[in-house]
Amino acid sequence: MLISVLVISVLGLAFGLGLGWAALRFRVESDPVVERIDALLPQTQCGQCGFPGCRPYAEAISREEADINQCPPGGDAGIRALADLLGREPKPLNPENGQETAKTVVLIDESRCIGCTLCIQACPVDAIVGAAKLMHTVIASECTGCDLCLPPCPVDCIDIVAAETRPPRWQRPRPKIVLDGARLQ
Amino acid sequence: MTLSQQVELAKQAGERTHHFHGGLRLRHHKKISCQDPVEQPPLPKLLVVPLLQHAGDIAEPLVSVGEALLKGQQIGQCQPCAAVHSPVSGVVVAIQEQPMSHPSGQPGPCVLIEPDGREQWADLDPFEDWLDASPDSLMAHMQHCGLAGLGGAVFPTHAKVRDGRNRRTHTLILNGVECEPYISCDEMLMREQPDKIILGARILRRALGAERVIIAIEDQMGAVHKALTGCAEFANSENISVIKVPTIYPEGGERQLVQSLTGLEVPLGGRPSDLGMVCQNVATAAAVAEAVTEGKPLIDRYVTVTGNGVSHPRNFRALFGTPVSHLVDQCGGYTDDVARLVIGGPMMGYPLSSDNAPVVKASNCILALSHADIADPQPEMPCIRCGECARVCPAMLLPQQLHLFIRNELWDPVQTYGLSACIECGCCDYVCPSHIPLVEWFRFGKGELRKRAFESVAAELARKRFEHRESRLLRLKQERAEKMARRKQLLKDKAMQKDRIRASIERAEKKGRTKSPTQTTGSSDDT
Repeated sequence: MLISVLVISVLGLAFGLGLGWAALRFRVESDPVVERIDALLPQTQCGQCGFPGCRPYAEAISREEADINQCPPGGDAGIRALADLLGREPKPLNPENGQETAKTVVLIDESRCIGCTLCIQACPVDAIVGAAKLMHTVIASECTGCDLCLPPCPVDCIDIVAAETRPPRWQRPRPKIVLDGARLQ
Repeated sequence: MTLSQQVELAKQAGERTHHFHGGLRLRHHKKISCQDPVEQPPLPKLLVVPLLQHAGDIAEPLVSVGEALLKGQQIGQCQPCAAVHSPVSGVVVAIQEQPMSHPSGQPGPCVLIEPDGREQWADLDPFEDWLDASPDSLMAHMQHCGLAGLGGAVFPTHAKVRDGRNRRTHTLILNGVECEPYISCDEMLMREQPDKIILGARILRRALGAERVIIAIEDQMGAVHKALTGCAEFANSENISVIKVPTIYPEGGERQLVQSLTGLEVPLGGRPSDLGMVCQNVATAAAVAEAVTEGKPLIDRYVTVTGNGVSHPRNFRALFGTPVSHLVDQCGGYTDDVARLVIGGPMMGYPLSSDNAPVVKASNCILALSHADIADPQPEMPCIRCGECARVCPAMLLPQQLHLFIRNELWDPVQTYGLSACIECGCCDYVCPSHIPLVEWFRFGKGELRKRAFESVAAELARKRFEHRESRLLRLKQERAEKMARRKQLLKDKAMQKDRIRASIERAEKKGRTKSPTQTTGSSDDT
């Protein structure tokens, strides 16, 4: 009786020490859930969720300080993916955060640009190049369409344009259901 | 079986023919367009040359409006992909958005050229002896001459050859299996220019560093076999064999052809070059021969104009940019009951909304269908799980499952069920008793997968840029704070200095005042 109690206690102590050592030795620096949430967000960095970027929003979701339906660029598909990951019920997008729209990019009308650099400072992904009193331009392939450069522009020289959808960027539309569609869907 | 064992097996390609899964036996309808010899149609009044004719990006125009052009002069360049050339000598009338024979039906940038009728060639730069040329110079020449796969995918030839060379190709397969009904341009080419095809095969073989060439044709192409094996070039060449494969649609697909010749499947996501084989269309080989020995860039191709909707179906050697309507006129015009115009064959082609669209590198066939050819649109019914689609699928997929996953946008199972292996041959569509447009769904699904892959790359880039910016802003903030702190410290130091100076002055003054009464206390701080 005494021996078995002793053996179990010693074993328990040994394993406990082992686990404690492993927890220190293989400690994960950041929260893996945050990484996984961040991977599902569209990385537009637009701030429509109310947080200054996608990662802060991901951190807020993991702390349960924010809901999963605050990201308009991610849309319904994004909310579904988040709901799957976190084991919650999907819900419709919160209209307070905005509407889901097609992908856009911005374009600087170079004849109107005065070179004030305000948009450069506002761009969260450094997609605008230019210098003081020199013309600015947007790198279209790097632009996420967050529209954060629009409000600071003093001369309204930035326009929103639809992202390129012509060939070779063209994509086939979803087929239309000929008849009996209601029953199938 | 390991990959190296498979490569060894692939070296015995063509010793006996194998079968691929599924497929269909279709009626051919090829004879109607093979009655007359191939002719060059008269020059049209205006040529519309699209700047997007290849798999890849839109070419940059090299010419401006009003510029005089020579036949074969380069008019568009696109660095990783192939060049675009002027098919005639003439004048650039405009560079503008025009319908451009693309499955999207959308317009794109085109160069409009008015021919002057002189047909004056630009300076051509052929190889004097291609047997002396290095493979790299041959590839560079192929790119310069704008060569692209003329089977329909228009993948730049030089890129395919380079990939094949890097992966130690042992066998070059020339694809003369024109399995889709109605199309006969490759058959006519093989009958009329067998020498050029075999010469092109030898040049490609040299560029690839391959050992042998297999020219695959359908088992019913008797005249083609005779023409290819009877020509002078064939008699002078070694290690070139002409092999007949069974006529089953889609035998002409690259993967299906490799499977028929070797019994091996090309791995999912891989290419025939994984097995040490490279497939090229016979028309591409003929174009390679012309480019290398005569220096001619790719400016025309064999096109079949056929179907019950044209009066006199036949084949043409048409310049790129020739409007479809011009070719149809040369065939005696449309018949009264023409109903639909299709570019490509009846299985894989796409409908054309206007006959102003030009012939491009990808257009092998212009098919005018009559009302009798087109079935009435049938109402789509629910899938009854009969499994016919899986029985005929040459890629051994499960189309019914894929269809449901795509319809419900479940992209993970779509990938695991191998949508990317679908060759869009249309066999499943053809047999589906519920009239579900399966291939349309698969094309949509493939586009969606591509878009998602593209978006995830873009998101990763945006994330990196955002993080860099954040860290830069943080660093700048810290640097500013440090600078401020340093400056504060400096000011403080200065103030302290001043205080000390003042203190010592005060002390000195005090000392001066107290000097005369007491001499002894001043000795400790005399400075």
